[in-house]
Amino acid sequence: MIEVEQLTKRYGPTTAVRELSFTVRPGHVTGFLGPNGAGKTTTLRMLLGLVEPSGGTAMVSGHSFRRHPRGLRHVGALLDAHDVHGGRSARAHLHALARSNRIPRARVDEVLAEVGLTEAAARRRVGSFSLGMKQRLGIAAALLGDPPVLMFDEPLNGLDPEGVLWVRGLFRRLAHEGRTVFVSSHLMSEMENTADELVVIGRGQLIAAESLTEFAARGTAPTVTVRSPHAGALAVVLESEGAVVAPYDEETLKVDGVSAVRVGELAHEHRFPVWELATQTASLETAFMELTADSVEYAAGETR
Amino acid sequence: MTTLALPAARFSDLLAAEWIKLRSLRSTYWAFGSGALAVIGFNTNAARADHVNYPHYGGPIRDDFVYWALRDAFTQGSAMILVLVCASIGAITIVGEYATGLVRTTFTAVPDRRAVMAAKVVVLTAVMTVFGALLAAASYASSQAILDGRGLGVPISHPGAWRVVVASALLAPVCALVGMGLGAVIRHSATTMVLTTFVLLLLPSFVTDRYHWTASVRHAFPFNAWARIVDVGYGKSHMLVPKYPATVGGGWVVFAVWAAVAAVVAVVVVDRRDV
Repeated sequence: MIEVEQLTKRYGPTTAVRELSFTVRPGHVTGFLGPNGAGKTTTLRMLLGLVEPSGGTAMVSGHSFRRHPRGLRHVGALLDAHDVHGGRSARAHLHALARSNRIPRARVDEVLAEVGLTEAAARRRVGSFSLGMKQRLGIAAALLGDPPVLMFDEPLNGLDPEGVLWVRGLFRRLAHEGRTVFVSSHLMSEMENTADELVVIGRGQLIAAESLTEFAARGTAPTVTVRSPHAGALAVVLESEGAVVAPYDEETLKVDGVSAVRVGELAHEHRFPVWELATQTASLETAFMELTADSVEYAAGETR
Repeated sequence: MTTLALPAARFSDLLAAEWIKLRSLRSTYWAFGSGALAVIGFNTNAARADHVNYPHYGGPIRDDFVYWALRDAFTQGSAMILVLVCASIGAITIVGEYATGLVRTTFTAVPDRRAVMAAKVVVLTAVMTVFGALLAAASYASSQAILDGRGLGVPISHPGAWRVVVASALLAPVCALVGMGLGAVIRHSATTMVLTTFVLLLLPSFVTDRYHWTASVRHAFPFNAWARIVDVGYGKSHMLVPKYPATVGGGWVVFAVWAAVAAVVAVVVVDRRDV
């Protein structure tokens, strides 16, 4: 469980995070979304006690994280895959972390195997790793203490398609085990297939905290695409039914305001052959862009 | 989900972790190895030069040669190299974490930052003391063995000879801690190295010993403190006696104060700032 209450961070005149409040519950993968510079990383750093808030509280499992003498068994975190010393081997890096938290050395090999870093890779210096391998190493470090709460900042960066699939499966499994999984991203498309819950922020302020399905419903109504050799005549019929029709090309129409079922019925009544009929749900990406664009515009107007 | 039982947080775990960090970097071995070779090499060479040149030395030098022999046991040049090497290693232990971003991973694993820094201080002090002791002992043994070729080697039992070995050994942890303290404040590799070199090696030579207060400032630098402690012939030889002389006791105090202040600064500064 992660509880953020009226959290604020100011750096001189700029406010990175402004009176942010949200809760992340266990048992779900919660996406933490916002455009670049929205304050996601600052929020995660405040949750981990790395950055001191200017106001408000950031609690993990009911405690301020910095009060814990050791952290790995409480929270596993991957903030930036580059936050390692390139001169050390992957195994030495994990060994030092494990040792500092009195985690048995055997656990290092367990997590290395879990994230798919081979024996040869474990012996190599981290400086020679690709970003994808560093992400795997960072995830291994987060798993070391078998913690009830996990936080990942942009964990999919640099992963290949197979790696992305693996990470999604891992996050779902961790959530299914009853853990709190909080994953940040600036790309909605990444979260679409990963998260069940969303916390969306823009310019350091909360925009939405709800389930993925609720969020998707915020998007504009679906558009129907229809392709017919009599597109022009069909358009007249559809407009008489109150639809808004935008010709796409000579044979294709984009129709708003009526359902695909109604478009098909009308075409059938007027004996227009239909070559193609499809509903396009506004993507989450669009919903996300619209919402965050609002927040950016609002903020820009404010400073004017 | 299986939750592991929470073991008590022990400081010894942090010591072990810092020790793993230190020995798992290749650069550590290069720094210690090249530093040791240079320091012992320069000292041995000074003894060899005196051994060769002795027949050409005049009476005054021959009369005071025991002091010359003790200077060969740890020369000023070698001490400067030791200062550079140790301050660099000390600085790297903390700047290396900030520069790579590892510091965030470290403090996420161990939110008790003071404990992490205290462990760094303890491990660094221990390792550098052993390193300094090995170099001081090896330098003393090799230089006096060479001078023994003319029967001029000074036994360690000679009054004050132990000071050369102990002060040279302790110069290593003192300078390492100063490097670490400055590194914790500055957090950038290049700036830390320049400023550490400036403070430990250059600054003392800009301060005159003509006035009482400037002489006091001058005596308060670790390098000058070392130079005073190891100068067994201070004030006894035909050389000029300074107007405001330094003392051996003052030298030890200077060592202790610099080390303690640097350690406290490293612990407190890192604890207070955002990372």
